Amino acid sequence: MYNIMTKKEYEKYAEKIAPKSNIVRNTARAFVVGGLICVVGQIITNFLKSKGYDMDDTSNLTALIMILIGIIFTGLNVYDELGRFAGAGSIVPITGFANSIVSPAMEFKSEGFIMGVGAKMFVIAGPVLVYGISASVVIGIIYYLLNF
Amino acid sequence: MMQNTFMTYLGAFIVGGIICAIGQILIDKTKLTSARILVLFVTTGAVLGGLGIYEKIVQIGGAGATVPLTGFGYNLVKGTMKEINQHGLLGAFTGGVKAAAAGITAAVFFGYLASVAFTPKAKR
Repeated sequence: MYNIMTKKEYEKYAEKIAPKSNIVRNTARAFVVGGLICVVGQIITNFLKSKGYDMDDTSNLTALIMILIGIIFTGLNVYDELGRFAGAGSIVPITGFANSIVSPAMEFKSEGFIMGVGAKMFVIAGPVLVYGISASVVIGIIYYLLNF
Repeated sequence: MMQNTFMTYLGAFIVGGIICAIGQILIDKTKLTSARILVLFVTTGAVLGGLGIYEKIVQIGGAGATVPLTGFGYNLVKGTMKEINQHGLLGAFTGGVKAAAAGITAAVFFGYLASVAFTPKAKR
C-alpha cells in the first residue's frame, strides 16, 4: 500500500507514524533531570549562604561550581551519555553550556590547539554570548532612555 | 528553618524542571537544534529580565531559575541595569559581562584545561 510514494508523501507518512508518546516521555525526562540539576545548584547556593557569602559572591560561586561540574562530567564522557537520556534537561542548565564548550573542543583536538580546541570551544557558546550580550546592551539602552 | 530549606529545593526542582521541559517540547515540536534553543533561552531570559518578570521567577525558583540558561540572560541584564544606575549609559557596555564574568571566565579557562586533558570516548 505504501510502496509507491514521493519523497514528500514519505515524509508525511513518517511524521504520522512517529510515536507521539515520545514527546511526553522526553519532556518528563527533561523535567526530572533539569529539575535535579537545579536542585544541585540550590544545594550549593544554600551551602554558600550558610557560610556567610553575600548574594553576589554566592551567585558567582554557584555559577562557577556548576560550570566546573558540567566540564568535569563532560571530560569523563558522562555528560553526553546523560544528554542522550535527558535531552533539554541536560542542555538548558548552565552545566549544558559548559558541556557545549568542552565536548566539541575535545573532539576536534586533532585539528590543533588553536583552530581545533580554541575555536571549537565556541561553536555553541559563541552564539550564546553574541546574542546574550547583544540583548543585554539593547535592553540596557532602552532602560537608560526610559529612566534617565 | 528545615521547612524553608526544603521549600527552596522544591521550588528549584519545579521551576528548573519546567524551564527544561519547555526546552524539550521546543526541540521535539520544532526540531530546533540545541544551539538555537540555547540562544533562544539566553535572549528570552534577558528580555524577561528587562521587563522585571524574571526577578519574580527567581524569587520562586531560586537556583531553578538562575541555573538554566535563561538565568544567564537575566544575569547579564540585571548587571547592565545595575551598572547603568551607577554609571549611566556606559553601564550598558560594562554591566552585563561584569556580572557574568565568573561564569564566562570559568567556562573558558576550565573548559580549555579539560579539553586538553581529556579525550572523548570513541563514538558509538
